[in-house]
Amino acid sequence: MGADIPAQPGILAGLVAITRRDLLLAWKRPGDVLNPLFFFAMVCTLFPLAIGPSPAELMFSGPGVLWVAALLASLLSLNSLFLSDHEDGSLDQWLTSPQPLPVLAIGKTLAHWLISGLPLVLISPLLAMTYRMPAGVILVLIFTLFLGTICLSLLGSIGAALTVGLHRGTALLSLLILPLAMPVLLLGANTVSLAAGNEAYATGIWALAAYAIAALSLAPYATAAALRISNE
Amino acid sequence: MRRRLATERKVLTAKLSAKDLTLIRGERCLFQQLEFALDAGELLLLQGRNGSGKTSLLRAIAGLLSLESGEVHWNDVPVLSQRQEFHGAMVWLAHRTGLKGDLTPAENLHFEATLRPQSKTEIAAIYERLGIARLKRLPLRSLSAGQQRRVALARMLMADVPLWLMDEPFTNLDSDGRKLVIELTEEHLASGGLCVLAAHQEVDINATVKRVKL
Repeated sequence: MGADIPAQPGILAGLVAITRRDLLLAWKRPGDVLNPLFFFAMVCTLFPLAIGPSPAELMFSGPGVLWVAALLASLLSLNSLFLSDHEDGSLDQWLTSPQPLPVLAIGKTLAHWLISGLPLVLISPLLAMTYRMPAGVILVLIFTLFLGTICLSLLGSIGAALTVGLHRGTALLSLLILPLAMPVLLLGANTVSLAAGNEAYATGIWALAAYAIAALSLAPYATAAALRISNE
Repeated sequence: MRRRLATERKVLTAKLSAKDLTLIRGERCLFQQLEFALDAGELLLLQGRNGSGKTSLLRAIAGLLSLESGEVHWNDVPVLSQRQEFHGAMVWLAHRTGLKGDLTPAENLHFEATLRPQSKTEIAAIYERLGIARLKRLPLRSLSAGQQRRVALARMLMADVPLWLMDEPFTNLDSDGRKLVIELTEEHLASGGLCVLAAHQEVDINATVKRVKL
């Protein structure tokens, strides 16, 4: 034991460290990052081929298709959020560290969003062009997807934490998350549709932002509690 | 000056005790009415055959498992009512190391350092002591099981905490490694630390040893 009390690592340090670690891991295994992105791009490019080149139809179905594909792509990557940490014992180490678990959960979720949510947002304008979306609507799409993927990552972290102890919990995870994710999908897709129809759409964006803030303030605690239960 | 006194008091009063611990997993009662009291400088040896509940008891002490009855106390305060303080005073060497195979030992330990209070010892000295200095830039998955365990030991040495929980620390280690674990434990106990060690074999250590048979 030293003579001085050692500096206790700060809360922010834990958050930054866990985010940094997950980004580093993703960097070393790029396949995990690219999978949901490929899925998103594939679904979005196949749809116009299937429904035909009529601009009216493409513009009508575009927002819905892009949003459903984004939702499913987010779900696809959720299963692995806590799985490897549970299997190799990292989760035990976090649960027995003095760092508050909700903060570590935020760090994990932030990394997950940066790895699998943000790329969807960034690639969406390119895919939106295949649906003949005008620039103004694309901006609305980017904004709603930005807020929506944050919501989905946060909601997903609760589901992933609840199902981490179960083997093959994928189906259960989707069932748990979908009811909570429905409002996000409805708000997101409808807001973009309204913007495409030249109608007032601001309400949808405010509602999505409110949902994101509510999720950000509640989800980390729920995730932490769920992790404690499922790691017993 | 005030800070210095606070540390000394913390070390002097460090005490781990438990009463009436009962744990039931599924249909089986792993242990009941178990009790122990451990003071600074003492080692608690958990012994029993495979599957007798050594790891479960360690997990219960660490606060990872909820018990059927009984409480674990740290400095006479229930662990669950001061989870953060207790976890700031312990480090756990589990069977699963909790290290990432894709990262190098240095990257792994850099992350671990943000989780707990860190000792003043130079990290280079710890690498040297454990014989992993030349491995620190290799991906962890390319190391042998024994070398990975040495990296996990490095995490334990880096942490400046009084309580060590060790689950079968000798697994995968060669005879030098085993001797090293014993030496490190003796040093830790001599400096006023506490140790709970689960092992299925006899441990020959020069310290006050208390035993729990499971």
